Amino acid sequence: MCGIVGLYLKDQRLAPELGAHLETMLVKMTDRGPDSAGFAVYGEPIDGMVRLTIRSDAAEPDFESLSARLGSDVRITGHGNHVLALVPASSLEQVKTVIAAEPDLVISSRGERVEMYRDVGLPANVAKRFGLSRMQGTHGIGHTRMATESAVTVDGAHPFSTGNDQCLVHNGSLSNHNDLRRRLRREGMEFRTENDSEVAAAYLSWRMNQGDSFGDALTHALDDLDGFYTFVVGTGRGFGVLRDPISCKPAVLAETDAWVAFGSEYQVLTDLPGIDKARVWEPKPSTPYFWER
Amino acid sequence: MPTVDLSVTSLRELNQALHEQSDPGNDRHWIVKNPKGQHALAAGVDAELDIDIEGHVGYYCAGMNKQAKITVHGNAGVGVAENMMSGVVHVKGDASQSAGATGRGGLLIIDGNASARCGISMKGIDIVVKGDIGHMSAFMGQAGRLVVFGDAGEALGDSLYEARIYVRGAVTSLGADCVEKPMEDKHREELAALIDAAGATGEVDIGEFRRYGSARSLYNFKVDNVSAY
Repeated sequence: MCGIVGLYLKDQRLAPELGAHLETMLVKMTDRGPDSAGFAVYGEPIDGMVRLTIRSDAAEPDFESLSARLGSDVRITGHGNHVLALVPASSLEQVKTVIAAEPDLVISSRGERVEMYRDVGLPANVAKRFGLSRMQGTHGIGHTRMATESAVTVDGAHPFSTGNDQCLVHNGSLSNHNDLRRRLRREGMEFRTENDSEVAAAYLSWRMNQGDSFGDALTHALDDLDGFYTFVVGTGRGFGVLRDPISCKPAVLAETDAWVAFGSEYQVLTDLPGIDKARVWEPKPSTPYFWER
Repeated sequence: MPTVDLSVTSLRELNQALHEQSDPGNDRHWIVKNPKGQHALAAGVDAELDIDIEGHVGYYCAGMNKQAKITVHGNAGVGVAENMMSGVVHVKGDASQSAGATGRGGLLIIDGNASARCGISMKGIDIVVKGDIGHMSAFMGQAGRLVVFGDAGEALGDSLYEARIYVRGAVTSLGADCVEKPMEDKHREELAALIDAAGATGEVDIGEFRRYGSARSLYNFKVDNVSAY
C-alpha cells in the first residue's frame, strides 16, 4: 500500500514550520504504511559546504569517535542513529574514505541542501526519533511503508537518494526494475538494494546526469519505467509528481500562493495553513507535474 | 436541522445516526461539517434525507446510498456513490477514480471532472459529469446512462454491455466492443431528461453530444464459436 507526502514552499516565511507540517502529514499516512517511514528535508545551501546524512547500523553508534576521525572542520549533528555532517567541499573525498572504511556506516544522502532520515517503526515514532518537527527548510518529501515484497528493513524504507540532492518516494511496484538496474549499472550508477524504487530514483538521477532537465527526466521515465507508480521526487530546487498511465495508486495535489502539497489521500493535507482556499486536484496519468525555484 | 461537526463527533457516530433515520420526521436536512477527507462518510444511508457535507471527502462517500440526497461541497475521493441503489449524490467539485462504480440506481452528478474508471461496471445508475472523465470509464457497464459534458479518456466503454454513453467533447479512444451509434429523437429525449435531472437545463446544446454503446459482438454467445469453449 504505502503512503507518500510532499510539501514545497513558495513562501519562505513558512520555512521554520516545514518539518512540523511534514511530520503531521507523515503521521496521517500511518494506516497506509505502519512498518517504516522516512523523509528528506531540503534546506538553504551553506557556502562551500556539503551535507552528508550518515546512518549507523551499529547497536550503539559511537558518533563522538567518528567526529574525531572526521576532523575539526566537519560539523556533525546527531539525529537518532543518523548524523548530519556539514563537510567542507575540499574535504569531501577524505571524509568519504573515512566512512567507507567503517562497516557500520552508510552515507544515505549527499548534496548541498538535502538531509534524509529513515527507520523502521510507526511513522510517529520515526519522526520523533529524528526530530522532524523542529526541522526547517524549503521543501520535503516523506513515505510510510507497508512492506509487500521485501523485508521491513531500513534499506527498504524510502526515500531513495541516488544523486546529489535528489531523492524519490514511491507508491506502487515496478515490473522492469531488474533489467533497468542492469542497464543503469553498466552506465555507472550504484545500487545498495534490490528494491524497485531505488531503480526509479537512479533512473531519474542518470537522466539528469545525462543533461535532462527535471521535467525531461520525468517525461522519459514514462517511456522507460514499467509498472505501477505514483512518485514524488525532490531535487535541490525542485519538487515533482509523476503517475503511471493506469494510475491505480492514489494522488492528491493542492496549491496555494504559499505552497504546493502532495498526499496519497486528501486527509494528509487538512491541517496545512490555508487549505480551505487551496486548489485541490488529482494529478492526471502520464503527466509530469513539477515546480522549481 | 441536525448539524454534525466531525472535528467533535466521530465518523462512526455520524454514520450510525444516519443509519437510524428510517423515520426521520421533520429532521430531514443534515449538515456535516469538517469532513477533512475521511473515508466512508454517509455510506449506507437508507432514508429520505438531505445531507450537505461541507468540504472534501475521502473514499467511498455515499456508498450504497438508498433514497438520500447527499451533496458534497468539495471534492470526493475514490469510489464516491459506489454501488448506489437510489437517491441523488451531487459532488460540487471533482471526483477521483471509480465514481459510481457498480451503481444499481439513482443519479450521481459531478460538477467538476471525474478521474479514471468513472461508472466502472455500472448496473443501472445514471451519472452526469459536467467536466471530463478519465480512462477506462464505463468499463463493463451493464445498464444505466453516463453523460459527459467534457472529454473522455482512453478506452471508453471497454467490454461494454448495455450501459448507454453520451459524450459532448472528444473521446481519446473507444474500448473493445464500444462503438459510436446514431443519435435519434428518443436518445435526444433521454439525454435532455438526464440533463434536466442534473439541474443543468440549458447549460449545454444537446445537438453537440454523440452516443456510444456496445457493438454486442463481445458478450453475446455465438454458436459459431462453440468449439472455442
